Amino acid sequence: MSTGIGARVRRKEDRRFITGKGRYTDDIRNDNQAYAAFVRSPHAHAAVKGIDKAAAEAMEGVIAVLDGHQLTGDGIGNIITGWAITSRDGSPMNIGAWSALATDRVRYVGDAVAVVIAESPALARTAAEAVAVDYEPLAAVAQPVAALASGAPQVHDNVPGNLVFDWEIGDEARADAGLAAAAHVTEVEISNNRLAPNAIEPRSAIAIHDEAEDHYTLYTTSQNPHVARLVLSAFYNVAPEHKLRVIAPDVGGGFGSKIYIYPEEITCLWAAMKTGRSVKWTAERSEAFMTDAHGRDHVTRARMGFDKNGRITAFKVDTIANLGAYVSLFATATPTYLYGTLLSGQYDIPAIYGTVKAVNTNTVPVDAYRGAGRPEATYLIERTMDIAAREMGMDPAELRRINFIKAFPYQTQVLLNYDSGDFPALLDMAQKAADTAGFAQRKAEAAARGKLRGIGYSTFIEACGLAPSAAAGSLGAGVGLWESAEVRVNPVGTVEVLTGCHSHGQSHETTFAQLVSDRFGIPIENISIVHGDTDKVQFGMGTYGSRSGPVGMSAVMRALDKVEAKVRKIVAHQLEASEDDIEIVAGEARVAGTDRKMAWHEIGLAAYTAHNLPADMEPGLKEGAFFDPVNFSFPSGCFICEVEVDPETGVTEIVRFVSADDFGTIINPMVVEGQVHGGVTQGIGQALLEQVVYDESGQLLTGSYMDYCMPRADDVPSYAIAHGCTPSPNNPLGIKGCGEAGAIGAPPAVINAIADAIGTDDISMPATPQKVWEALHRARPAVAAE
Amino acid sequence: MGQLKLSVNGRAVSRDVPGETLLVDLLREHLRLTGTHVGCDTGQCGACVVHVDGRAVKACNVLAHAVAGSQVTTIEGLADGGGLHPMQQAFNENHGLQCGFCTPGMIMSGVDMVQRYKAAGRDLDEPAIRHELEGNICRCTGYENIVKSIQSAAARM
Ligand code: FES
Ligand code: FES
Repeated sequence: MSTGIGARVRRKEDRRFITGKGRYTDDIRNDNQAYAAFVRSPHAHAAVKGIDKAAAEAMEGVIAVLDGHQLTGDGIGNIITGWAITSRDGSPMNIGAWSALATDRVRYVGDAVAVVIAESPALARTAAEAVAVDYEPLAAVAQPVAALASGAPQVHDNVPGNLVFDWEIGDEARADAGLAAAAHVTEVEISNNRLAPNAIEPRSAIAIHDEAEDHYTLYTTSQNPHVARLVLSAFYNVAPEHKLRVIAPDVGGGFGSKIYIYPEEITCLWAAMKTGRSVKWTAERSEAFMTDAHGRDHVTRARMGFDKNGRITAFKVDTIANLGAYVSLFATATPTYLYGTLLSGQYDIPAIYGTVKAVNTNTVPVDAYRGAGRPEATYLIERTMDIAAREMGMDPAELRRINFIKAFPYQTQVLLNYDSGDFPALLDMAQKAADTAGFAQRKAEAAARGKLRGIGYSTFIEACGLAPSAAAGSLGAGVGLWESAEVRVNPVGTVEVLTGCHSHGQSHETTFAQLVSDRFGIPIENISIVHGDTDKVQFGMGTYGSRSGPVGMSAVMRALDKVEAKVRKIVAHQLEASEDDIEIVAGEARVAGTDRKMAWHEIGLAAYTAHNLPADMEPGLKEGAFFDPVNFSFPSGCFICEVEVDPETGVTEIVRFVSADDFGTIINPMVVEGQVHGGVTQGIGQALLEQVVYDESGQLLTGSYMDYCMPRADDVPSYAIAHGCTPSPNNPLGIKGCGEAGAIGAPPAVINAIADAIGTDDISMPATPQKVWEALHRARPAVAAE
Repeated sequence: MGQLKLSVNGRAVSRDVPGETLLVDLLREHLRLTGTHVGCDTGQCGACVVHVDGRAVKACNVLAHAVAGSQVTTIEGLADGGGLHPMQQAFNENHGLQCGFCTPGMIMSGVDMVQRYKAAGRDLDEPAIRHELEGNICRCTGYENIVKSIQSAAARM
């Protein structure tokens, strides 16, 4: 069976997970292990008047109680954001200071003011409760619109009106002209519900300080250990990079929430130095709800104009984005360059203008969560298209079809240059798979059973493969977003690939190995993938933004090119043939048309014994490469969702869900389909079930799985998946990335289907039974009276 | 509280642990069987499922002393010898896991439901599996391939 590109190779990494031998951060324990528990604010906003540590310090088993004044006194730097945004008036953004441990003010429920280090987790928690903090509660604001109102409580003194920035994209005059000339204008007001990422492995960190070497080691639940090391070193002054090793071992899901370097990791490293002990912290789920960066939380008003034939003339968007109490690492890029740039969707829109006001509130920071900005853009566009279709009496699929971009490359009005795609083909494919022709009959059958059946479309595009470094830099990014790889062929012919990407569920140990197996025809068992340890792997940027395929694998391909070139030289030299005549097939290199050949292990050995290499050739067989993409990649898709709503109860059942995706080249269809399943399920979760709720005083009401409704197995259907393929012209594999599509495309498909079923667009996410029932009865009082 | 005696994965265990010790802490911290995971603090996620006397139990919800004298099986002890249990095999064949964190709990719950349905002579079809998975959360797989894995293992158990 092939183990190359395109094969359904079973995962090499599975065995340790299915036998309980995975090694996650919390599974690690050191000899001199101590445990951290944080003293967290119960108030959304308060002045800290004093901290009385005496009772806690006196408890048996307590090693230290440390506070923010000590932390800042030791020179630990404030937490940074990685992307500078300029407001439309040309002014820089306003950022309030964020210390890993708050000193004089707390700004959200869960903001930490002190940490207890003790001999056991239970002792640490008990002692944390004994730390007496004198808080003076202040007025708080939790909702983004309220935060902009005049007289709203100020989260940071140096962020007037709580406005971090007021950004714009596109051409306002042109958009106004397009709207003025429109035959029909659709106006929408849409909110995108706040979500908690909820990787099932809670965040965890273990810090070690080796006093003799003044060297630190951090085990952490990270999607990007090198970025963590860079930031901890360059900005937080924990240790210089060569004195800090960051290891992200097995990580139990991330979805964006494990990109950021959180206060707890910083504090554990510092506390390890202070106490001379290895310091370990693992979040409880309730702590995760309070402190993991949340996602989404937008409120948007938009207008879309259409000519008399249904062609879009202009799109104008005003969004308010909640950033929470402090500005997290990617928080400024998410509602701007990952959102505003996507406002053209799959459509040829001649004029677009968008503004985004980013605001501070007394809630935990909001940052990138699976899709990051693109789900918000997609939900807005795809809901607007459906509402417009209903208003104009058009078929939603046809309205999409006549507005599709059909020629590539296509320059949008919002910066991006789409490289490839075939949107009509995806729509056709999805309609066929969903048997849309038979929908009317299914609807009638459902009606006979007393159910309301509806169908919803979502045709979407993403910008993935983050990111061309120079372009990112010109837009304010603080880092480059290339990726690196090193391919080592060992003397016995086995191969190790070192990648700066990080797998926390993405199956890299299998799919990256497929690239090598494909290239040299060697067995996949003889290839291993090394990642997640800054002492082993050259610098890399990690895994997020569907970048491991288009960027990370491209780096591997470049390194393989170099290895292959050297192999050809060695073999040609040894067999006295021309390099051009060397074929590498099935783990052998042979001279074409002859029986002269070298087995793969002979080549490795030849490279390392160096007894007979070409003159001037260095021994060894190991090559590295950095790949910096020239453009984003543009995966696209068409989702069709069919629902049945019970008008008696408002309960929505998803009865059919079809995904037709264009991810470009697919390395392992089994893995790609798994990514779609998971992404769509998160999207369905957002559409039907999930919402983080803070009350007006900033208290978190959804702090556990009892109150925050996660999608479970019987909330979601079985999925039908089809793949189209227009390869990306911008990377060696033609790959586009698949990690986020489901979460980006699914919410509008579900809500459009519900709106179709109940005959009203007066419905918002999450479309809980209560909301659906109320919308139905607002729209059709007659039904309610029956 | 005195000496706690029980059997874990077929081996007799005797430990002096405080009365408030949870079964999951006994397994993870005292016996260093870290395949049993903790994903929540409200008994909702199922990452901690083990078998106690052949029945699925959430180890985060049970005091260690409450299972004194019992036979506890964890993910590490599910297979006989060096091989894989059919449920473990099925999760690999059907791509029933991504990050792997929920997986031990899913596998232990899967084995339990197959055994219960077989004992009762009931058919474990897809809706039944989805219903039975009510107590296990996975954030990665969308459940599709977990359901397939359990279905395919059921045919072989
Ligand atoms: S850890 Fe036991 S149910 Fe979540
Ligand atoms: S595989 Fe990651 S939570 Fe289930």
